[in-house]
Amino acid sequence: MAIKAGSLVDACSTRITKTGAWRTFVPQFDHDKCIKCSLCEIYCPEGCIHQVDGLFVPDLDYCKGCSVCANECPRMAITMVLEEK
Amino acid sequence: MSGKTANMKVVEGSYAVAHAVMCCRPDVISAYPITPQTHIVENLSQMVADGELNSKFLTVDSEFSALSVLVGVCAAGGRGYSSTTSQGLALMNEVLYNVSGMRLPIVMNVANRAIGAPLNIWNDQQDSIGARDVGWLQIYCEDVQEAVDATLQAYKIAEDKEIRMPAMVCMDGFVLTHVYEPVELLDKEKARDFLPDFQPDNILDPAHPKTFGAFADPSAFTEFRYQQFEAQQKSMAKIEKVAREFEEVFGRYYGGLLDGYYLDDAEIVIVSLGSVVGTIKDAVDAMRAEGKKVGLLKLRCYRPFPVQALRKALKEASVIAVIEKDVTIGCEAGLVTDLKASFYNSNIRTPIIGFAAGLGGRDITIKDIRNIVAKAEAARKGQQPEFEFLNLRTEIL
Repeated sequence: MAIKAGSLVDACSTRITKTGAWRTFVPQFDHDKCIKCSLCEIYCPEGCIHQVDGLFVPDLDYCKGCSVCANECPRMAITMVLEEK
Repeated sequence: MSGKTANMKVVEGSYAVAHAVMCCRPDVISAYPITPQTHIVENLSQMVADGELNSKFLTVDSEFSALSVLVGVCAAGGRGYSSTTSQGLALMNEVLYNVSGMRLPIVMNVANRAIGAPLNIWNDQQDSIGARDVGWLQIYCEDVQEAVDATLQAYKIAEDKEIRMPAMVCMDGFVLTHVYEPVELLDKEKARDFLPDFQPDNILDPAHPKTFGAFADPSAFTEFRYQQFEAQQKSMAKIEKVAREFEEVFGRYYGGLLDGYYLDDAEIVIVSLGSVVGTIKDAVDAMRAEGKKVGLLKLRCYRPFPVQALRKALKEASVIAVIEKDVTIGCEAGLVTDLKASFYNSNIRTPIIGFAAGLGGRDITIKDIRNIVAKAEAARKGQQPEFEFLNLRTEIL
């Protein structure tokens, strides 16, 4: 995609720009421990954790690996793992 | 300059520039008063209040706000104007980068003044030279007439579809802002023909939402910077072209990127910018009368820095002395360093010496220019330091 002078972009540009590129740690969810309290979804500052088929999963296109979900989870069901790319 | 004097009036420099701004028909003027810029915006405020100028005049809480307002104005498709100096320009610094990065063609008169500490309201050019890297075009003016004419030219250059870069028109504080001298004020109708209404490519419009100055990660940031760099390079041809187009309509020409005075056969060449050029011309006249082959290169455009034009104009000189009203605290001064850098990869090996002069409003006299020429002659024989503070008062150190 060619860039436009003035760093000009149309609305909803993050649909194209995947902002999860700078992540160092990635959250891993243990769905057996999960009690579906939704705190991870509520606290995620990116709003990128959602229920998919009943399970909470992060959208890794946008997850920055900030660890807020892991920190808030009352069941310690989320572990931050070093991500190697 | 043509000999036409039909519409000559003796007015204060600040009024003349305000009148020029009026002829440029900005949609919004947003400024914060600061000496020695104040009279420019006072005059504009008066023109708006009197109904002479159909612009919105915004009084804001700081220079940071003054320029930030214009970011919105320009992104919404309006023509924006501001003016500032010294500490005010320093306070705008962050916004200066944003304006350039968003490619908003705002024009601003900088009434050059020293920058504190120590507190000093007098003229030097530390403020705008210190802002050389922000991506604004910078044109320096020798007299009030040039400041008037450059203001109109600046909008035409800045708003060009191929350029879209903001521009500072730099005029020495007090020396030009507060002087009364004969000026030919711009004709409104001619100015309108010369500078049509701003035609933006993209504007903020709720029906077609866009973001200006969006986030760019490491994969694209370099390319945005490159685009700004290229626009500055392209603007050199445009600055020349607009200067000639201006001449056709208004009959005045001062060079595009630079101008020469007794330059063709000059052995000793002084390079300078701003109002001190007038004094240097008088000194050159006096020394030419004595048979000394002295010449002057007046730099009109400092950003973009016209490397090729300077190489061409200075290749025959046997020694070059740069006089400038700024200092890069830690390494010489802006113009002399840039000039040396532009010669390094050429075959020009002319000795170049630099002088930080007229700092904080200290006068630069014809005697000083003669003194500099004597030092330049010594430099040809390698007997002169590369850089010095002119007339340093060692007795008070």
